Order: sequence, then structure tokens, then C-alpha cells
Amino acid sequence: MRDFGVNDILYLLTATQWTIYLTILSFVAGGLLGLVLAIARTSRSPLASGAALVWIRAFQNTPLLIQLFLIYYGLGLLGYRLPPFVAAVVGLTFYTSAFLGEIWRGCILSVPRQQWEAGDALALTPWQLRRHVVLPQAIRIAIPPTVGFLVKLIKNSSLASIVGMTELMRAATAINNATFQPFKVFAVAALIYFTLCFPLTLLSRHFERKLDVSARG
Amino acid sequence: MTYQFQFGAVFARVDLLIDGFLLTLQLTAITSCLGFLIGLACAITRTYGPAPARLAVAAYVEVFRNTPFLVQLFLIFFGIPEVGKLLGVKWLPTPYWAAIIALSINIAAYMTEVIRAGLESIHRSQVEAAESLGLSKLQVILHVVLPPALRNVYPALSSEFILLMLGTSVVSVISVEELTGAGNLIQSETYRTFETYALIWVIYFALAVALKLLLDLLAGWIIGRRVSRIGASAGHA
Amino acid sequence: MSVLEVRGVSKSFGTVEVLRDISLELEQGQMLALIGRSGSGKSTLLRCLNGLERIDAGSIAIAGHHMGRDPAALRRLRQDVGIVFQAYNLFPHLSVGRNIMLAPRLVLRRSDAEAEAKAREVLAAVGLSEKFDAYPDQLSGGQQQRVAIARSLAMTPKVMLFDEVTSALDPELTKEVLRTMETLAETGMTMVLVTHEMNFARRVADRVAFMHAGRIHEIAPPDDLFAAPRTPELQQFLSSML
Repeated sequence: MRDFGVNDILYLLTATQWTIYLTILSFVAGGLLGLVLAIARTSRSPLASGAALVWIRAFQNTPLLIQLFLIYYGLGLLGYRLPPFVAAVVGLTFYTSAFLGEIWRGCILSVPRQQWEAGDALALTPWQLRRHVVLPQAIRIAIPPTVGFLVKLIKNSSLASIVGMTELMRAATAINNATFQPFKVFAVAALIYFTLCFPLTLLSRHFERKLDVSARG
Repeated sequence: MTYQFQFGAVFARVDLLIDGFLLTLQLTAITSCLGFLIGLACAITRTYGPAPARLAVAAYVEVFRNTPFLVQLFLIFFGIPEVGKLLGVKWLPTPYWAAIIALSINIAAYMTEVIRAGLESIHRSQVEAAESLGLSKLQVILHVVLPPALRNVYPALSSEFILLMLGTSVVSVISVEELTGAGNLIQSETYRTFETYALIWVIYFALAVALKLLLDLLAGWIIGRRVSRIGASAGHA
Repeated sequence: MSVLEVRGVSKSFGTVEVLRDISLELEQGQMLALIGRSGSGKSTLLRCLNGLERIDAGSIAIAGHHMGRDPAALRRLRQDVGIVFQAYNLFPHLSVGRNIMLAPRLVLRRSDAEAEAKAREVLAAVGLSEKFDAYPDQLSGGQQQRVAIARSLAMTPKVMLFDEVTSALDPELTKEVLRTMETLAETGMTMVLVTHEMNFARRVADRVAFMHAGRIHEIAPPDDLFAAPRTPELQQFLSSML
């Protein structure tokens, strides 16, 4: 048994990089997919809207942990032994797409009806209407909850440790197994997560307040 | 190579599934009650309490909302014995109790924020009217502010309950044999990993939908009586 | 015997002096109407009378209580001083009956049966007996305001304050609320009201105080005050109300 020392903290910080990569990759990929879902959910086609709804509910109504298990072992069955990192990115991407899709749907729908009608009246195509009239307005409303979701994603990326990916949480578990000083080890891990998340929480709140003020003024 | 799906072996351990399912229900029920009560007390303190108490609640909420539940769970399950040793207290939380404590404290931080938003949605004039009738501060909060405040945030509250239910799956990592834990056991016995988790996935989905229906029904029961009355009077007019 | 004694009351919001050295008295069973432009301090003065606003200087004695800072004493004072607001402020989650019963049950510790009997009695007094089980959002503005009056009456107050209670109502509904208030005045209730209804003030009030820039500019029985305003400010105000 050895003591929890400076090297361990450095190791945790190195592992934090992977938490960040994992988060960024799934945020970007999940965001793109989420945008498609949000547009599909607000389209007039019942097929597109229905399919997007099924996808969103499938991920929103089940635990992320089970989703990660299914992707990790499920893709394994198809003959691909995926590295845990890839499985985690895929899992978190799907998860992100469902949540951002639903958040952004709400933002798109909160753009007043008259704006859609005004665009229609100008004979814009459905795509032009979304691209030039609705989305620019929806994005302003979308920023606070999107940043808020990013915080949730960073926190939930810790579940990737359970399917074997070495990120911050798994590194902490490994160090704990060597040092048996769980309180120190996990407190440092918590502190690192807090340092990543809290500024984003403040940022999200800041945007929200700005939006409130501009809505009132 | 084509894979043959076999659910038979999984269904053979339906006993484990049922136990796990019941434990998931139990954990959800207990921790949503505890979490709601803690969150309620914290939200009231955060909104109406003295400055130091407000600050303490704010710190608690920020810490628990900005760190992963998994870390909190480990800190409580593995960390309590270590801290206890330093203080000379010998208490080893069982996985079950560690799960109950971690889930309750975690969800309470989220509930605090939701309920606080509800309290702040009630106009100051309601408080003035109640105070003018001679009600004490606590009576004003309990009888005048809280009922409509909770009604205003009911949708947000009910989605927190569902997230809590789904979140209980994480406590399987400290070997609590709720639904996900039961799945871990079954797959290690049967080697039917994918089938096991697919089945578990379906059960969670059904449970989430059922919980949502139940919460909506409850909302209808609490709030809906009003709606039907309004409907009836509109009929007269 | 005076039920209300205000001595040298001043109050500021930040650097703005809203009340300057106000003194007045009111006898049992009288009605005092406060008139003046918005921002003249009349609503603030009224809200000071039941401690919704704190005064910076001076003293207030009302219904046998001295205005102080002790919360328990303030609650006792408020049991004897009812107030009705411009925006009714009924509790939206409670039925009319429950709105009225709330304070008697919680503050006066009345049983449900006693509180209900009292609620039915005051509801009858404002002419809304049949609305006992209705909810506030099912009522017209005028009905809501009469329920708010009944809610205050259920505490059997010695003084009633009215803060622009008809300002949010259209003329028809205003009439029904004023009629309720007139009936109340006839029962001998001591009343202080802030109002823009000059005809009502002139006909029903015993004394009228014109407030201007945080002071009581003129105070007199209504016939004197309306017929012979002594200051140019009151003359101007009255002509603007016509």
C-alpha cells in the first residue's frame, strides 16, 4: 500500500483529458444528430416527427448506464471488439442527441407563431424559413439550456468508467485500489469535476439572465 | 458469423429480475420522499432563511449539482468509513444504505432548485395579503405560498422523479442488486449479455412510462378537481 | 375616542422622501378618504398603517395597538386592522370559503365549524352567499374584490383599510364594490381608503385628506374640501379629476 501523492494527482489530471475529449466528441456529434432530430420533430411530416420522437424517448426514458452496456456489448456481438472509448463516444452521442433534440425542439416551438406566418407570407421555402427566420431566434433561447446540458454530459461521462474506459473516474478508482484512501482520492476527483462544471453552470445562468433582461426590455 | 439471440436463459432467472425490479421501486420511492422533504426544507431556507443558512444551502446545491453522482456515491460508500476511522466512529454503510443516502442527498439538491423556482414564482402581494391577515411567516409559507408554488413547478418536479428512478441504476456499481444489478448477475451466469441488458432496457422504459402516467394522474387528482369545477361553472354561464 | 393616531410619520425609499411629517387622527366609526395624484404618498401611508411598510420616524397607534417592530405584536395588530388591495390578492388555490376561513382557523384557532359559520355570515354580508365553493378565477373582478372584503371582515377587525380597491374594475363592477363598502360604513366600521372615486369620497367619507408631495396638504370634511379648496394644488387636482 502506498500514499496518495502528487504523481497520483498528475495521473488524475492526465485522465481528465480523456473526460474532456469524450465530452467534446459526443457533444459535437450528439449536437449534430440532435439538430436533425429537433428539425424532424418540428417538421410537418408525421413520419419524420414520429421517428424522431421514438428515438428521443428511447434514450430519455432509460438509464444511460444500460445504454452504454447495450452499445458496448451489442456491437461486440456483431463481431467488433470496440475499444471502450469508441463505445462510450457512441453511447454518449446517442444520449446527447436525444436530450439536445428535445431541448431544441422546445426552443424552436417557442419562436412565436407569427414569425412562422410572416416567413410563410414571404413565400420562403420550409428550409429557408427555418434557416433564416426560426433558427436564428431559437438559438438565443437555446444557449442557456444547452450549456446546462453540457454540464450534465460532463458529469455523466463518468459512467464510461463502468464500461472500462480510462477517464477521470476510472483513474480515480484505480488509484483508490492502490492507495486505499478513498476519501482523498474521490474528493480530488470531485474537485476536478467541479472545476470543469461550475464555470459552465455560471455561464449558463449568465446567459439566462441576459435573455430574461432582453425579454423584459 | 451470425449471432443467435437466446432469451430463454435470461427468462429462466426471472426471480432475480423481479427482486431487482422491486428493489428499484423501493429505492425510488424511499429516496424520492426523502429527497423531496430535504429539498423542500432547503428551498424554504434558501428563499426565506437567514443569510448564513442561505449561503450554506447554496453551497450544498452547487457542489452536488456540479459533480457526478458516481463520485458522490463512492465518497459516501468508500469515504464514510475512512472519515469515520479518523473520528473514531466505526460505521460501515452497507451498499443499500450508502445508496439511499447518496440518492437522497443528490436528488434533494435538484429538488431544491426546482422548488425554489416555484417559491419565487409566487407574487409578493400574496405574502402581503396573508401577513395582513395576521398569519405568521411559517403559516404564510405553508398555507399560502407553497401550494400554488408546487403546482407551478409540478412538471419539472415530476421529471426529476423520473430521472431519479433512472439514476438508481448507477448504484449497481456498489453491488446493490436492483434492476441493473440483477442484470449484471444474470449476464455473468448466462453469458447472454446483450439479451439481458436489452430486456432490462425494456423494463426501465416501461417503468419510466408508467411512472410518468402515475405522476400525471396524481397531478390530475391534486389539480384536476379544480379544472372540472371550472368546466362545470362554464357550463352554467 | 380616536381609533387611529398618526404622529409625525416620515418615510423614505432610498433618497426619495415619500412621507413627510404626517399627523392625523380618526374617530371610531368614521371614514377617512385619502386622495391625491399617484406618487403623492397616499398608498404608502395606508400601507404603513398595518405595518406593510416600516416608518422611519414618528408613531402610529391604531385599534389599540402601537406600531412596533416585534413580529408577534405586529401580527396581533393585523388581526384588528384589515386591508383590501387593488389586485384583490385572493389565494388562487383555495375556494372562496377556504380563502375566508384560512386566517380565522390559523390565527384565531377557530374550529372548522366556527370558521365556516363566520365565513358564510361575512359572505352573506357582501352578497355572495352562493359563491362559497367557487374558486377565485371563476369570479368577476368585482366579486373577487367583495370576497377580499369578506375575507378581511372574517377577522372582525376594528379598522379596515382600502387601497384603491376599484382601480382595476370597470364602472359597473366599481359600483357594486362601492355599494358593499357603503353598507360596511353604515354598520359603523372605521375605514381608511385611498381612492380615485371623488363622488364616493364626497358622499360617504366623514373626512377627506388631500396628499401632495408626501404631505397632507389639506384635510377637511368633504363638503368643505370639495366645495372650497384652499390651495392651488388641490384646485388643480380637482379640476383634473372632472
